Amino acid sequence: MTTITRKPVNPTAHLTAADIEALGAALDAIRQDVLDTRGESDARYIRKVVDVQRKLELGSRAVLLFSVFPPAWIVGTAGLSVAKILENMEIGHNVMHGQWDWMRDPKIHSTTWEWDNASTSESWKHSHNQVHHTYTNIVGKDNDLGYGIMRVDEDQRWAPMHLGQPLWSFINACFFEYGIAAYDLQLGKNLKIPKEKRSEEFKRGVKSTLKKIRKQATKDYVVHPALSIPTGSFLPTLAANFTANLVRNLWTNSVILCGHFPEGVETFERAAIPEKETRGEWYLRQMLGSANISGSKAMHLMTGNLSHQIEHHLFPDLPSNRYAEVAPKVKALFEQYGLNYHEAPLPKQVASAWHKIFRLSLPNGWLAATNAKNLPQQLGVLHKLTTGGPKVRRAHDAAQRRAERQQREAAKAA
Amino acid sequence: MRDVVVRAVEAATTPLLPADYLDLFAPLRSGADLRGRIVAVEAETADAATLVIKPGADWAGHVPGQYLRIGVDVDGVRQWRAYSLTHGPRRDGHISITVKAVPDGLVSNHLVHQARPGTLVHLEQATGDFVLPELEAAQAHKFLFVTAGSGVTPVIGMLRNLFPVTDSGVVRFARSASLDITVVHVAPSEPDSIFIQNLRELDAAGAIDLIARYDDVHGVLDVAELEALVPDLAERTTYACGPAGLLDALGAHHEARGLELFTEKFRAAPVVAGEGGSVSFGVSGVDLELDGATTILDAAEEAGMLMPSGCRMGICMGCVLPMKQGAVRDLRNGEITTATPGETDPGGVMIQTCISAPAGACHIEH
Repeated sequence: MTTITRKPVNPTAHLTAADIEALGAALDAIRQDVLDTRGESDARYIRKVVDVQRKLELGSRAVLLFSVFPPAWIVGTAGLSVAKILENMEIGHNVMHGQWDWMRDPKIHSTTWEWDNASTSESWKHSHNQVHHTYTNIVGKDNDLGYGIMRVDEDQRWAPMHLGQPLWSFINACFFEYGIAAYDLQLGKNLKIPKEKRSEEFKRGVKSTLKKIRKQATKDYVVHPALSIPTGSFLPTLAANFTANLVRNLWTNSVILCGHFPEGVETFERAAIPEKETRGEWYLRQMLGSANISGSKAMHLMTGNLSHQIEHHLFPDLPSNRYAEVAPKVKALFEQYGLNYHEAPLPKQVASAWHKIFRLSLPNGWLAATNAKNLPQQLGVLHKLTTGGPKVRRAHDAAQRRAERQQREAAKAA
Repeated sequence: MRDVVVRAVEAATTPLLPADYLDLFAPLRSGADLRGRIVAVEAETADAATLVIKPGADWAGHVPGQYLRIGVDVDGVRQWRAYSLTHGPRRDGHISITVKAVPDGLVSNHLVHQARPGTLVHLEQATGDFVLPELEAAQAHKFLFVTAGSGVTPVIGMLRNLFPVTDSGVVRFARSASLDITVVHVAPSEPDSIFIQNLRELDAAGAIDLIARYDDVHGVLDVAELEALVPDLAERTTYACGPAGLLDALGAHHEARGLELFTEKFRAAPVVAGEGGSVSFGVSGVDLELDGATTILDAAEEAGMLMPSGCRMGICMGCVLPMKQGAVRDLRNGEITTATPGETDPGGVMIQTCISAPAGACHIEH
């Protein structure tokens, strides 16, 4: 998306500062309502989910001890995939957000939780809770915008290497947990720094992440397959565990793409964010920078309630089981203030996100301007931009921006 | 060999521990965190009840008079309180505590009125030095127990241990034969008097001399009356348990007369939230004095401390630190969080320093 301040019509232009603060107060009140009624039934909910998840995982792994028999393989793999998804999404992600810290149960607490993922909870909490949730969708500050490997916004400069992004986005999706681990360490940025100059923090992070990956891999690819040897199920169990991790990776990647990447989700210019952003302004940015997935209760559970991404971004520390009841109130506020509540079923959001990945793998405006007739011509332009060096590309960008400006002015005049 | 097996099992359950899975099926097993299951809730008076608890396998037993800390979830929030064990020897291995619901008492009201058999609770091993000395059968021992309200609970534990009451009456052990015990039992009224039946039985059997004092009949007990109530006071070692006011008065009274006194308070003084306050950091030794509008994080950084921090707006939990004692106010909505030693988690209550201002003197471990 183009950052809102550079769009023909800024979707927040009709809001006064007083509107934004009133909106903030209304959202604070919604949050307080949940805090005031948070209690035993919520605690029962998360304990139930943890209980079911652990029993499902144990059961699935037990079935996989006999995975040489195809029905056992199928049942065990399906169960383990679901268990891993629940563990990462509804439990791990939300516990690490501190959504359940209020229970003061040291076993379900953001400071003690470790999840079934390559990334350590410590580095995840930094890159996700702190950076992404604070600077959501600010180009250049929120690294979740493309995770440093993808171009998901017009305002991220296009380079020829982006032509390959559909492919490596797919590879990233398959091995998403390792992608996240590398991303949480800011591996790309840190590897560019000469070895002796890298921070102690980074070195420590790498060490603990490698240790975690080793333990995770040992569990799924050595210990459990080895336990299956008596039934001759070593390889089937190994394959089952790999499949479960793959399914979990593809699923979590899809859900996460849906949260911020579908077409129509807004992004923000760094320069346009005030030094001291008010609570209301921050809320507004969260409202426009997230997208929901509509669907059944099961869908909400399996996405860790990130299907309520808008509500989650407004209230990251409220228990996830309460987002559903908050959603209608939030939606009403969107209507009241004339804002777009971005919501669609999963397939539509995933398709939209992938459409953007394809579209932005190409220079700005290229895909929209291309049709069957001018294809040869457009391919020529693309060839020139790809081989022509930064100067040519900058000229193309400038032309695009000129066109944008004209559009903006035309819209104003109208 | 054991190590190898343990490590192999851990490798199979990482990032969780084998215990996390075993807890699903056997939370009271040996090796687990100490827990208990409530097996019965028996009413003692209108607002007091005895909870019979089956403790985990690692329960190490107790000496009568000692208390334990129990962690229960009230409205989904883990709360810790200390209660005296109120039983003598039990064959079934169960333990019991007796709780009196106090006005506004979050945990006591929950335990008396809402606790249900089957509920899992968290325990710590029994502790406390409010216990009788080693008794020698050949020697005469003279004790005075002064109990007020639910202060009777540790004393009843001691008495039940010395003189178990069975269907055929009070059992007199040889070791208890040389005891001369007077109990001054204070309660607001007779119906409010926990364990009065039990005390009367012991009195009738000649095991103790009971002097019951009810505020509504006799007026509030003045410690100066003790000498009249217990003429041989000077020969007795006094054990007292009750509210702080009574214990303080008794302390002064006994000290003036050079008498031996052992006391047990039931609970720490509740934290009263104010506006602003001092913050002391346990590890770094820094002390700060703050108003009620500055966050602990800002002030500590201003003072040159290296603090964990993150979003600085209360969403990322990157700044949480354990508060061992005190009260803080959430600057977003004014909500108060308190930590009271002995009642809240021994490790401290985790607070978000970026949105918290002190609401009274706070002690933070950092």
